[in-house]
Amino acid sequence: MSYAASIEFNNLVKEFGEHRVLNDLDFNIHEGKITTILGFSGAGKSTLLKHILGVHHPTTGQVKVLGRDLTTLNEAELREFRTNFGMVFQYSALFDSMTNYDNVAFPMREFTDMTEEEIHDKVHWLFKQTALDDFAFYKLPSEISGGMRKRVGLARALALKPKIMLYDEPTTGLDPITTHMVDDLITSTHNNNADIPMTSVIISHDIAATLRISDYVAFLEMGKMVVHLPVDEFKKSDHPTIKKFIELSI
Amino acid sequence: MVKALNKPVEMLGSTVLDVTPSLGRLTIYMIHVFMWFIRPPLRSKLFFEQMVFMGNKSLFIIMLTSSFSGMVFAYQIYLGFTAFSVDSFVGPIVAIAVCKELAPVFTGLVVAGRCGAAMAAQIGSMVVTEQVDALEVMGVSSIQYLGVPRVFATVVTMPMLAGIFMLIANTGSWVVGTQLLGIDEAIYFAKISDFMNLKMIIEGLIKSAVFGYLISIIGTYQGFQVKGGAEGVGKATNLAVVWGMVTVLVMDFFLTAILAKVL
Repeated sequence: MSYAASIEFNNLVKEFGEHRVLNDLDFNIHEGKITTILGFSGAGKSTLLKHILGVHHPTTGQVKVLGRDLTTLNEAELREFRTNFGMVFQYSALFDSMTNYDNVAFPMREFTDMTEEEIHDKVHWLFKQTALDDFAFYKLPSEISGGMRKRVGLARALALKPKIMLYDEPTTGLDPITTHMVDDLITSTHNNNADIPMTSVIISHDIAATLRISDYVAFLEMGKMVVHLPVDEFKKSDHPTIKKFIELSI
Repeated sequence: MVKALNKPVEMLGSTVLDVTPSLGRLTIYMIHVFMWFIRPPLRSKLFFEQMVFMGNKSLFIIMLTSSFSGMVFAYQIYLGFTAFSVDSFVGPIVAIAVCKELAPVFTGLVVAGRCGAAMAAQIGSMVVTEQVDALEVMGVSSIQYLGVPRVFATVVTMPMLAGIFMLIANTGSWVVGTQLLGIDEAIYFAKISDFMNLKMIIEGLIKSAVFGYLISIIGTYQGFQVKGGAEGVGKATNLAVVWGMVTVLVMDFFLTAILAKVL
């Protein structure tokens, strides 16, 4: 079954000096699906993520996001285009001088004409969506747990109803219970926003979480694509690197 | 022999190669700050928050520094001048020195130590914890959101602080000169009005605005350059203070030379 492509990598090559970090990547990330990009450390996962965001430009080849080649956009257009993205960072990256409420309200204040009353209602709704208690509303990020910070980060990322959600190692450093909670949150976020097809891209090396929540898995090794498969086929893959990765992870 | 001669040349070359790219990056950063300053939105709330931090919270240390500077300067000059019976010149000498040099330089050094370091540390820790990346990913320019309000607030606040420094230092000088050392009050003020003019005050205020610009550019630039966690933040803070202070002292000479021609 073929799906519309949300993100297209066409023969993407990225070199830093003489070092080739991404090597001829040619695949699509399907619209409305959860795709996890797996790989060992230094495989080029984060560099790939930066290409999706338009932070890095390809040395050769092309990256198209929602049908647009990001290299053709000027700085102002690129900034505006980035409102299509929601990103959850590894350590949440909440603004530590603001309350959790202000963190979630921030994108709405920056990019919409919503009144403070409307923003208040939306923040309240987002808190509910991400299973956050109201008591966290006016606390600082430093006053809540890591799991809760992750949820606030997710609420902030969802504030502008993004078409593409990016997760940078969302479960790294979390205990197993919180990891499960974050996984469930990613899935429920994806499903609850099905009115507009949301594409989720997860950068990870957590194999268990990947197999639990992904629709597709792309595996990178030394900047090269090893496989890009639906999760069921990925589980059965007899590729030696994949087998080794799964064995070492379990 | 040749080897021994080569070594200093190599060291000089290596230093130039190290410094040149940094200066280039700093120049590009200054251009970006200017470009983002003239682009909307004008973040007035952030600007006023930074003004409070730069100005209001530096006020006490400026008042303390200026009062004692004025007093000790007046006392030292009196000790020298009284031997030649020209102690009536204490007032104008202190007034001119304070307005043209001491106020902008001391205020610059205090602000570089207090605010330049804080700017580097605040922005640096935001870089390390990916908060700057979060801004950029959301489509918000980190330079416009974090850099511009700090630079603009420092440029506006520094002349105010320097003005307060001038006022308090001269008051300190007046207290020591007339109340403690017995210089005639009428002569003290008459001599000041004979030798002082508005251009001297303007020179000090222009200098302090330029110092404010340089200190804040260096502080915020060092913050954005942070790499490698807490150690990187500490290093950036240190560099912001050192380069901020050195820049104030070096630029003071060149500004004095330029303003002497212009004003």
